[in-house]
Amino acid sequence: MALSKNAGGARRWVDDVLGVATLIGMVVALWLIFIYTPVELVQGAVQKVFYIHLASIWNAYLSFFIVFVASILYLRRPSAAKDRLARAWAEIGVVFTTITLISGAIWGKPIWGTYWSWDPRLTTTLLLWIIYVVYLMLRGFVGDPERGRRYAAIVGIIGFIDVPIVHMSVRWWRTLHPDPIVARAEGPDLPMSMWYTVLYCIVVFTVLALFLVRQRLHIDELRETLLDLRMTAR
Amino acid sequence: MGDSETSGMDPIVAVQGLTKRYGAQTALDQLDLCLDRNERLAVLGPNGAGKTTLIAVLATLVRPSAGTLRVMGYDSAAAPNEVRRHIGVVAHQTYLYEELSARENLQFFGRLHGVQDLEARVETLLKLVDIYPRRHEPIANLSRGMQQRVALARALVHDPDVLLLDEPDTGLDQAHLALLASLVQGRAIPARTVILTTHNLERALELCGRVAVLAQGRLVYQAASAALDRAALHDAYHRLAGAAP
Amino acid sequence: MKLTLQQVLAIVQKDLTVEMRARDLLVLMLTFAVLSLVIFYLALDLWGPVVQRVGPGLLWLTITFAAMLGMGRTFVREYERGTLAGLLLAPIDRGALFIGKLVANLLFLFTMEAVTLPMFALLFGLPVLRPSVLLITALGTLGLAILGTIFSAMAAHSRAREALLPLLLLPTTVPIIIGAVQATSNAISGAADGPPWLGLLIAFDVIFLTLAYLLFEYAIEG
Repeated sequence: MALSKNAGGARRWVDDVLGVATLIGMVVALWLIFIYTPVELVQGAVQKVFYIHLASIWNAYLSFFIVFVASILYLRRPSAAKDRLARAWAEIGVVFTTITLISGAIWGKPIWGTYWSWDPRLTTTLLLWIIYVVYLMLRGFVGDPERGRRYAAIVGIIGFIDVPIVHMSVRWWRTLHPDPIVARAEGPDLPMSMWYTVLYCIVVFTVLALFLVRQRLHIDELRETLLDLRMTAR
Repeated sequence: MGDSETSGMDPIVAVQGLTKRYGAQTALDQLDLCLDRNERLAVLGPNGAGKTTLIAVLATLVRPSAGTLRVMGYDSAAAPNEVRRHIGVVAHQTYLYEELSARENLQFFGRLHGVQDLEARVETLLKLVDIYPRRHEPIANLSRGMQQRVALARALVHDPDVLLLDEPDTGLDQAHLALLASLVQGRAIPARTVILTTHNLERALELCGRVAVLAQGRLVYQAASAALDRAALHDAYHRLAGAAP
Repeated sequence: MKLTLQQVLAIVQKDLTVEMRARDLLVLMLTFAVLSLVIFYLALDLWGPVVQRVGPGLLWLTITFAAMLGMGRTFVREYERGTLAGLLLAPIDRGALFIGKLVANLLFLFTMEAVTLPMFALLFGLPVLRPSVLLITALGTLGLAILGTIFSAMAAHSRAREALLPLLLLPTTVPIIIGAVQATSNAISGAADGPPWLGLLIAFDVIFLTLAYLLFEYAIEG
């Protein structure tokens, strides 16, 4: 008991640092996005959403890559911890894929004139979202929890390998159709200040993802402790 | 392969700390078990005691959450197919294809096991389990007792060293219970190591040299049939399982 | 090695014999496929140049959904009747078990297509019986069968049964569906240039055949 309390104390400390870093980092990100970087001439203020959009999709891919690695490790040597890690990252990945889709739509309405277009990246992102939502649903569908974890790991591997192939096929498919886009998003020469802001946002969002995953794992542990207590109380 | 000398020294079946959990439920709890060549063990227990899970884990159908299983010196985690080569299983389900005949079923499983001289082997087994006259009929047309006999033949098709039988007396009539006894005791066929589950104490004593009681995933009582203290067994069974054998 | 081949053949032969006697799977798939073609035609009011444009898509929707229906059944059948455990008791490499099941599924799907393609040609008036379209169909079907075989093994063990299969199969086989539809379109209209769709189909088949072969043991074992 004393040992776990000690470990809990260390974890609390790391979580505090991550939380404070995220908070300060986010405030600075807002300042960079809205005050430091210039307003884009063609697109206007709505271009600001682009920073959050890019940082979110980065987080999504990072998350699903970690799910992929954790899934391989799980199949090689199953452990509840690896499964919890994979599931936590998948949840965070789905959250950030959702943010990517929503921020893309907010940006798309004034720029493309529509919330949704079957742009290759949008289409791939939507499919990515679906694959990992199914991944998260899967455990609930399988009766034996151990089997559910194993199946989730299989989808975590197949899904990740599939994404570049899906993207390739959707891109080739899209080249066949006239593009409804009025103005393309990215000019080739962004000012350096914009690039710095993009990179900064990516770093801050990664810290946010780490913070969220740790909170998620902490909730899992509390839930298990609760279950144990209930079992011993009986 | 150097297994001939190791199998002479090792027990045929060696189980250590075998545990199977389904979520919060523990079906098997730290089970230890050891069987020598041609030893026969009957596992008694009420429904839900973990008998079927035990057979499924021993049959490599269910992976244990913890613990090890070795058959003929082969570890079930490292060399599952070697373990499978040496075990024959009869369970609640017959594992037979309804659309195929008894003969076709045996031939299919024989081919999966790479059995040599399969035709002759299948003929012998069909006669042995007294199903030969109806060997060409689809399994669906046979009664439960006949299907159970084909299932016995199926378990023997690759001449396994170990037989795992989960309530093998299901659906058998009096005449074929005698057949089951002669198979298990190694009179109709060469003797082999047997683990069988039943909730019939008399049958357990008749068929096996050793009796064990499984309750809540643990082996709570073990004794040789000959030296069995019936009162003690009854007591153990009653106390731990909450039901009379 | 010789034993492995014998085991694979035994499984394929067993599945074919069972299906030849039960016949439920093929009848189910075929009825469904023909029904879909008719419903598509009626619902979308297809005539004239529209057929040329959406025909290949409808063909592949029909094939995909009929395939899902059929493949979903193969493992559920083994699982419900308790014969799956019998297969798993055999000392067979789980990859070989996968290949056996995959080949059996492929043979069922090809049989379904042997009726669906001529029906499609007849109803929609598109020349899909050309060798090029047959090759595309074979490659696309292989892709569907690979992921269909491993996912249907997983679906059979789940509470949702066949309902889970589309959720797993449809998003992951998007490249197969896009690739096969575009390649069929090109083959019918005689368009030569464009992205290398056949290459995409082959790449998909090779990558996922390898992956599913390696992962199947985790999908099937208890």
